[in-house]
Amino acid sequence: MRMSDSYDTATLAARMTEYVPHALALGLKLVAVGQGRGTMTVAWREDLVGDPDTGVIASGVVTALIDHTCGLAINAAFDLPAPIATLDLRIDYLRAAAPRTGVTCEAFGYKTTRSIGFVRAEAWDVDRGDLIATAQAAFMINPRS
Amino acid sequence: MDDAAIQGLDDFLQRVPYVRYLGMRVELAGDEMTAVLPFAPHLIGNPMLPALHGGVIGAFLEMTALAQLSLAQPARRVPKTIDITIEYLRPARAQETYARAILRKVGRRIANVQVEAWQDSRAQLVAGLTGHFLLRPEA
Repeated sequence: MRMSDSYDTATLAARMTEYVPHALALGLKLVAVGQGRGTMTVAWREDLVGDPDTGVIASGVVTALIDHTCGLAINAAFDLPAPIATLDLRIDYLRAAAPRTGVTCEAFGYKTTRSIGFVRAEAWDVDRGDLIATAQAAFMINPRS
Repeated sequence: MDDAAIQGLDDFLQRVPYVRYLGMRVELAGDEMTAVLPFAPHLIGNPMLPALHGGVIGAFLEMTALAQLSLAQPARRVPKTIDITIEYLRPARAQETYARAILRKVGRRIANVQVEAWQDSRAQLVAGLTGHFLLRPEA
């Protein structure tokens, strides 16, 4: 973590990765960000395996990646960093990821109000057209206000 | 609780690298299982509060559901997660977290499992999960 910068002035990419200990620990990387949407990826790693018989990455890692990318999409819908909190997150696991392969997630905030953001997300391992998971989430914006 | 079930649960937890990465363990009182997630700095998702990452909570709840199923059906291979819905009720603080699972329905092929997580007080839940899991044949 770069302590010299404040969280508020850091770039969105930095706020989504190096300022978040769990994102840093998983090695989440920001691939792309646009208006109300974002893409992040996690590389395969031995200690993140969920099925030791096959070497497939744990679904928990996919859950964290999806949750985080949905948060990125909500953040990318605003000019200023807004504190957000996940209300609910529904994930359909369409199939297992390929063995020893990382996962990429793209999330799209399709509606935001002053207090709530609605997001859809898709995750894949190798081919953008061959998904491993889809997700739908609702976020509270400025939960403390 | 028969020894085969406990052994099966132990094998399941010990063999999964991601379970060790989270640092999760389970405690048994008879057939009642409580999953325990000790606090660790790498689990933080919001450094300002600080609070555990929502993905960590979701993963912990899902692993608790799988562990409870493994305990109920020790001879079978670990089920596959079909879908999960995680509800976040309040921030999970930077401290130890607990979870218990209820097998609401275990059919021939599908199980419906509900999990609740709390920290200081069982009455103050931090999150819940409902999930469907595909049961697999005996190993």
